Amino acid sequence: MTATQPGSGFRTSTKATSAQKRAPWILLAPFLALFVLTFIIPIISALFQSFTTVDREGLFGEDGVTGRFAGFDNYVTALNDAGFVGSIWRMLLFGIVQVPVMIVLCTILALLLESASARWPGFFRAVYFMPYGVPGVIATILWSFLYVPGLSPIVSLLQSMGLQPDFLGANSVLWSIANIVTWTYTGYNMLIIVAQLKSIPGEVYEAAKMDGANAFQVAWRIQIPLIAPALVLTTVFSIIGTLQLFAEPQILSTVAPAIDTEYTPNYAAYTNAFAFNEYGVASAQAVIIALAAFILSFAFLALTNRPPKDDRDRRARAKRDGLEARRALQGRAPARPVVTTQAAPGLQTAPGLQNGTKGADA
Amino acid sequence: MTSEAIEAPATAKTAVPVDTTSISAHQRRKLDRSPRSQIVVTAILVVVAVYFLVPLYWVVIAATKTTGALFSTNGFWFGGEFALFSNLQQVFSYDGGIFVRWIANSILYSGVGAVLATYFAAAGGYALAKYEFRGRQLVFGTILGGVLVPGTATALPLFLLFSTMGLTDTYWSVLIPSLVSPFGLFLCRVYAAASVDTALLEQARIDGAGELRIFHTVVLRQMTPALVTVCLFQVVGIWNNFFLPLIMLADQKLYPITLGLNNWRAQVDRLPEFYQLTTGGVLVSVIPLVIAIIVLQRFWRGGLTEGSVKG
Repeated sequence: MTATQPGSGFRTSTKATSAQKRAPWILLAPFLALFVLTFIIPIISALFQSFTTVDREGLFGEDGVTGRFAGFDNYVTALNDAGFVGSIWRMLLFGIVQVPVMIVLCTILALLLESASARWPGFFRAVYFMPYGVPGVIATILWSFLYVPGLSPIVSLLQSMGLQPDFLGANSVLWSIANIVTWTYTGYNMLIIVAQLKSIPGEVYEAAKMDGANAFQVAWRIQIPLIAPALVLTTVFSIIGTLQLFAEPQILSTVAPAIDTEYTPNYAAYTNAFAFNEYGVASAQAVIIALAAFILSFAFLALTNRPPKDDRDRRARAKRDGLEARRALQGRAPARPVVTTQAAPGLQTAPGLQNGTKGADA
Repeated sequence: MTSEAIEAPATAKTAVPVDTTSISAHQRRKLDRSPRSQIVVTAILVVVAVYFLVPLYWVVIAATKTTGALFSTNGFWFGGEFALFSNLQQVFSYDGGIFVRWIANSILYSGVGAVLATYFAAAGGYALAKYEFRGRQLVFGTILGGVLVPGTATALPLFLLFSTMGLTDTYWSVLIPSLVSPFGLFLCRVYAAASVDTALLEQARIDGAGELRIFHTVVLRQMTPALVTVCLFQVVGIWNNFFLPLIMLADQKLYPITLGLNNWRAQVDRLPEFYQLTTGGVLVSVIPLVIAIIVLQRFWRGGLTEGSVKG
């Protein structure tokens, strides 16, 4: 712990010069200026727009337009729009299926590549990662050619086997999109997990081998728990990515009539803004998409950041012990109540006590 | 709490690009593999590799065919006249060589955008990691929130903002948003906190170096591994971006390659010769990306993101 912040003691002893006080703001200035311009102002203006409606004078607004406060009207319009609400449910279904499939697939691939049995792991890793460098647009163009009957060798191959595949039908096109997304991002997520697997020290494996664990037990009991943080991270980014889906359905819509202009939430917002000039409703939809991304990401993080049960019990026990210890301390030293209350609140005392109870358990 | 303290220096170590195949744990475990499991595992890996390679294999084949042969011959093997060179010549000469212009635009957007974005993210991340100042937590928290905001949610209001500023349909409309990478700043902060040596900073201060000079001469060098990673992330992000240029740009001359190829693809229904332009263009644009990805693979260090969820 001292290694990461050795200078903090030094800086408190010498007074920071004015140059040192100004420096962080100068260093941050370019980033902050651009961040305000491209994140803060657009977000505020989207919020503002989402509560405004535009009245057009004349048939096409040629006699001028005026904005007025509309309350939650735009949100009501957005949420009463069956197409938009349907697109949210569609993305939820998409996410519930595609994200776990991709995470499981990339975890299995990472474990296999890192297992002792894999030959040429470097070659396979490169092949799996390669689609990440292919832009989503180009990946979609490629796969769309592989979905279209007459052009696609896959379709003709399946037809020669007596099957009638329809990759672009109303029920199947969502999963054709899922295939494109999985193809593009599995290798990238796999690489994150491989990096985490590589950070597991070799001694852990040696110990497992001594205990007679087989390959499956090592994967299930040791590797997966230890790569959990990487899995959480990739899942959160996949959730955000799912809500943003746009390029794939937009490009496929020319070959798949089942894809309408409100197929995904993002597509619906795009259509409202650029086809109908309904900026207020489009902004409300953008806000709803961003809120959904926040809520889903935080819900998932909260779900996975819960410590394991025995850990929670131990912490609760440590807290109780801590309270008792503090009470005992206060009883013994009433002359210095300020110091005790400063040191005691929060979890500051917990780690030490936790170690203590751990020792007692053992 | 204790585990974080242990992991922080480890993060710094793993971020140094090394040939990852030489990890000793892997080598050691290699010794006790059975031939049967080796065959099974490798067979699975081969099948999955075929899945990842099929679209690219198809486009290589398709780019060698004439439009007629594209529909009449087996898509998984060469057929008809070998038309690769005439196809490519068409790609480069169509519409006064606009394809080359699109490639140049993509290089401009992602090159300039990524280098500047990395520099700004490094400066900000270092400032947040190594200086104590009022509002530090607020600034960092706000930027962290930016990581979770979907890029497309800000694109629409950004378009409205830029159109009032007269910036839409210019190079700036795509470049300016590409200069900001909240995730990059986050990575830089994690890396700077773990690996920039504070004692060295104090030494430089005692020697009389200014704060900015310290950043440019001492800090940037120590952060190089993180900078490479952030820069590559940003290059790929900008190169692959579709939504932002789509809403910002109307003039075809400003299009990046993704938008341009999609424009060609959208015309195949009316004019079948666009099939050849699209497949040829896809092939030409994908080859350098695939080579770059394979060569630079080791720089995509997931290790940099290890601590991110806990933070």
